[in-house]
Amino acid sequence: MSDLRELYQEVIFDHNRHPRNFGKLVNANRHSEGFNPLCGDSLDLYLIVDNNRIIDIKFEGQGCAISTASASLMTEVLKGKTLQEAEQLFEGFHQMVTTGETPSIDLGKLSVLAGVSEFPARVKCASLSWHTLNAALHNSTQPVTTE
Amino acid sequence: MFNVAQIRGQFPILKSSVRGKPLVYLDNAATTQKPQCVIDAESNYYDVLNANVHRGVHKLSQDATDAFEKARDTIQHFIGAAHREEIIFTRGATEAINLVASSWGRANLKPGDEILLSQMEHHANIVPWQLIAEQTGAKIKVIPMDDTGTLDLTQFEALLSSKTKMLGITQVSNALGTVNPVQYMIEKAHQVGALVLVDGAQSILHQTVNVTELDCDFFVFSGHKLYGPTGIGVLYGKKALLNAMPPYQAGGDMIFKVTFEKSTFNHLPYKFEAGTPHIAGAIALGTAIEFVQSIGLKDIAHHEAELLDYAAQQARSIPQLRVIGQAKDKVSVFSFVMDGVHPHDIGTILDSEGVAIRTGHHCAMPVMDYFKIPATARASLALYNTKEDIDALFVALHRVTEMFLK
Repeated sequence: MSDLRELYQEVIFDHNRHPRNFGKLVNANRHSEGFNPLCGDSLDLYLIVDNNRIIDIKFEGQGCAISTASASLMTEVLKGKTLQEAEQLFEGFHQMVTTGETPSIDLGKLSVLAGVSEFPARVKCASLSWHTLNAALHNSTQPVTTE
Repeated sequence: MFNVAQIRGQFPILKSSVRGKPLVYLDNAATTQKPQCVIDAESNYYDVLNANVHRGVHKLSQDATDAFEKARDTIQHFIGAAHREEIIFTRGATEAINLVASSWGRANLKPGDEILLSQMEHHANIVPWQLIAEQTGAKIKVIPMDDTGTLDLTQFEALLSSKTKMLGITQVSNALGTVNPVQYMIEKAHQVGALVLVDGAQSILHQTVNVTELDCDFFVFSGHKLYGPTGIGVLYGKKALLNAMPPYQAGGDMIFKVTFEKSTFNHLPYKFEAGTPHIAGAIALGTAIEFVQSIGLKDIAHHEAELLDYAAQQARSIPQLRVIGQAKDKVSVFSFVMDGVHPHDIGTILDSEGVAIRTGHHCAMPVMDYFKIPATARASLALYNTKEDIDALFVALHRVTEMFLK
């Protein structure tokens, strides 16, 4: 039960009900799609990257509370960050949700998703948006899947 | 007399706990639990019978062969097949469909031919046909359903023509629980000269099946959904059809004579059983069938129908819950969505209460597309489930509403 409360914190509910930066970014210069074929979750991520910095970022899609909240939190945290900072956050986040270890880098509000590491079946939900980000930043044209 | 407590006592896993709560297993459409007799049959084979079949002159090989072939007889009688050699052991229903699609399809399908499938097929009864359609130039046609999850039989009949060569139809939908009128559909398909493959993966544990009365040309099911082991399943095919079909896989056991110039193939059923089969699995599947027969499918169906009704009544206590699949003739599957909560979140919260259900698309994405939902939560029943299991499900679902919809 305590694990469940760790997973579903109020912040997660809040972002699930009211996702931030939700919608299409018409003048985006980076875009990628992510799928979680087992869940049917799908995500479109739009970015405006200028001078090595994420100027704006939005997402669209459907998914569970964990995947929606994770995408919403990610867009909040990444806005204004340099690509190097985004890369470091990706690695730190990945480490946190897969191993449960506290990463060396400060993840800020992303830490509310630390509880996911106790639910291996849900790691994919939390990381879908981040894998999609990775594809967008590396200009991958293939849709990302979590499988 | 159907005694659920006595039945539960035969399933060791039902005594276990999950996350500190007693296991409430409601994921039977994915796989069923195994009674002690099935577990014993499998381990007994390795304890005292282990030898390869159909090839040794020694006593142990003979005994293993006898046990393996006895399982074939059990299956033959269970599904009412006319001949024992019409029972082919496969890895499961999926492999059985692949066998027919590949062997029969390659030999018989031509450009312009049509394969008729239903909107509610499981991927295993879609994708093998797509592959063979691509290779042969045949086309796939789809029988639509309505929003209760019932097939449109008028459309079905309109789709049938002399071009229709195969009807692939599930007897029970894994995602919706709909029972399809396969007897009627087989009759109609035969009138235009089409063959019919019935996917019995979800029906075989809930109702009596008689392939001779159905007059289906092929019937497939998996052992693990019938209280038997994983990795073993059955293809039933009419003898004349199987005889005319080329081998699917090649290797030992399926040949008469091999030279580097040419090989000749064994007779049925061995023509389709290349290599060493899952001997322990086949024997234990025979035991699983005897177990089901000892309880009786009629009583099992009655018990499960009562539970499904009970679940439908309980569902009215949650206004946000919408049942997906409300066909008049329906068994064992309680598939639903809840406004404002994704099925995966439902699944995780139920799991924390020890309640195991399936969440996702149930390998039936076209069904999800039809209802315009990404996934459902699905509780599915088996003979050992109880009203207490359904109560536990709804206690957990009320917890979901407290957390998500307060």
